[in-house]
Amino acid sequence: MIDVRNLSKSYRVHKRAPGIAAALRSVLRRRYETVKAVEDLSFQIAEGERVGFLGPNGAGKTTTLKVLSGLLHPTSGTVRVGSYVPHMRDPRFLQLITLVMGQKQQLLWDLPPSETYAMNRAIYDIPKAQAEATVRELGDLLEIGDLIGKPTRQLSLGERMKCELVAALLHRPRVLFLDEPTIGLDVSMQAKMRDFIRDYNERFGAAVLLTSHYMDDVVALCPRVVVIDHGRLIYDGDLRALARKVRPDKHVTIRLSKPVDHADLARMGTIVSANGAQAVLSVPSAQASAVVRDALATLPIVDLTIEEAPLEDVMRELFGASGTGKDGREPSPSPKPARAGA
Amino acid sequence: MSPEARPDIGAGAVPRRPGFGAELARAAKAFPTLLRVGVSEVVAYRAEFLVWILTTNMPLVMLALWHAVAAEGPVKGLDQRAFTTYYLGVLAVRLLTSNWAAWQLSMEVRDGTLSAKLLRPIHPLYALAADHISAIPMRALVISPIIVLLVVMGRDRLAGHDPRLVVVLVLSLVGAWLLTFFSMVLLGALAFFIESSLGVFELWLGVYAIFSGYLIPFEVLPHWVSAAAGLLPFRFMLGFPVEVLVGRLGAAGALRELGAQWAYVVLTFAGALVVWRAGVRRFAAYGG
Repeated sequence: MIDVRNLSKSYRVHKRAPGIAAALRSVLRRRYETVKAVEDLSFQIAEGERVGFLGPNGAGKTTTLKVLSGLLHPTSGTVRVGSYVPHMRDPRFLQLITLVMGQKQQLLWDLPPSETYAMNRAIYDIPKAQAEATVRELGDLLEIGDLIGKPTRQLSLGERMKCELVAALLHRPRVLFLDEPTIGLDVSMQAKMRDFIRDYNERFGAAVLLTSHYMDDVVALCPRVVVIDHGRLIYDGDLRALARKVRPDKHVTIRLSKPVDHADLARMGTIVSANGAQAVLSVPSAQASAVVRDALATLPIVDLTIEEAPLEDVMRELFGASGTGKDGREPSPSPKPARAGA
Repeated sequence: MSPEARPDIGAGAVPRRPGFGAELARAAKAFPTLLRVGVSEVVAYRAEFLVWILTTNMPLVMLALWHAVAAEGPVKGLDQRAFTTYYLGVLAVRLLTSNWAAWQLSMEVRDGTLSAKLLRPIHPLYALAADHISAIPMRALVISPIIVLLVVMGRDRLAGHDPRLVVVLVLSLVGAWLLTFFSMVLLGALAFFIESSLGVFELWLGVYAIFSGYLIPFEVLPHWVSAAAGLLPFRFMLGFPVEVLVGRLGAAGALRELGAQWAYVVLTFAGALVVWRAGVRRFAAYGG
């Protein structure tokens, strides 16, 4: 459904030093520099697949989404969505996709969302009955109720975002580009959004490419992740495999009925944190069960849990360690562009 | 690879893009709803809209000025009544045909909000046109007292006595709107290339004020200015429909001028489209 091969995108940006002298000099002689936002990026996404698109700020995620949705022309490389070349912006391609950006909105500010829906129905040429059914169906899933009759400016952020999603999905797109769709929402609203996106994906078989700085979104929605840094691909594959590869240790959290010696904990694994009532140990995955058996036999345990390292930690370690970018070093840990560049 | 390098469109069959006719048909189908929603927006912003309309008061200032000057006697053949009908005509035509597309487009390019419009399956310029056309009913309501005053003041001088001139008047108003709109699109699309496109717009407004007949009737201007105005497009945005309205042109002359006006409409449309297409290729969608 999405086929990206050797995509590069560069911007030419005006550069000047701060200060009035530099401002005056820039009037006479402008200096430009080329910024490589995306470099030689390749990946494919199948119909119905949900993929997380991860990377630190400025990694090139949003640029890539804008190229995929036809807003930006690629500098080089080939991009196909369905059988379309996005930047040609064929109306049938635009009918196929949607781009939801958490910080931007398409709802008409002073009118109720129902007016935006009416406008989108006309623009996307959706039969009236189908549009009404979709609004009803999606509205029920998101529990929108009578919000669609209130002026957008009077809605809360969460309410607006729900109405925004209905507007973006009214034409039932087969490809969803979601850029930080849950940004600024509270925890319960984030969970609701995630459920909704998964439900839409399963119901309509839509491909989903999601960027989010909330790792809970990615864990809940995306079995596969594409990770980029400095515009380059550093990982494409299974999310759990990435976590295991980057952080092979597991965290064993032990709640204790009474304090124990530090040495008793240290012999089982690396102590992440410890106080009288609770300790967190980092242990190699292969030894986790042995450590648990040992702990249960020798320590006064009230409760015990084993978890993989949080994805936030995985990402922090990955981007801290990855040396991609201007110096051209190979990233660590061993990049695995598993499905890229066929 | 340099940013100027052309992207490899790639192998494989890419479906042929529907033709201009299909695109136009799709837009035409959506147009009534776009207009209806546009009118709702104008009504929602009614106070701001009214204030904005009232800022178009320069013709009334100029009317007061020339009225005083002509009290001593006609100026270049224009008496007080001629000045009154002229400036009321200018006010009515200006309110009916002006639009703020350059400003809107420039802002949307700069803050990236154009992105949402580029993602829709109809050309953003259709939606932009609908936005501005939907303001016309409210504008017509505002200018209706001016028209009544104009009819009372102008009486026998107005175009109404010749049905051919009435037809030319209607077509010239449509032409003036389109010419203004495409000029605005062209100016607004400069924002794809330069950061100071609104500065260019301000400059354009200054030139427009002189060469369109907005400030001073052509009869009163130096000969070389009115001669230049006859060649430039600005007069066809305002002065020409006003001249038809207040009966200063005969049917034959008006028809000839109408042809020139529509030639400018086609030229400006083509120019706006070229700048737009080149601009969209450069669009960086910052912030959007």
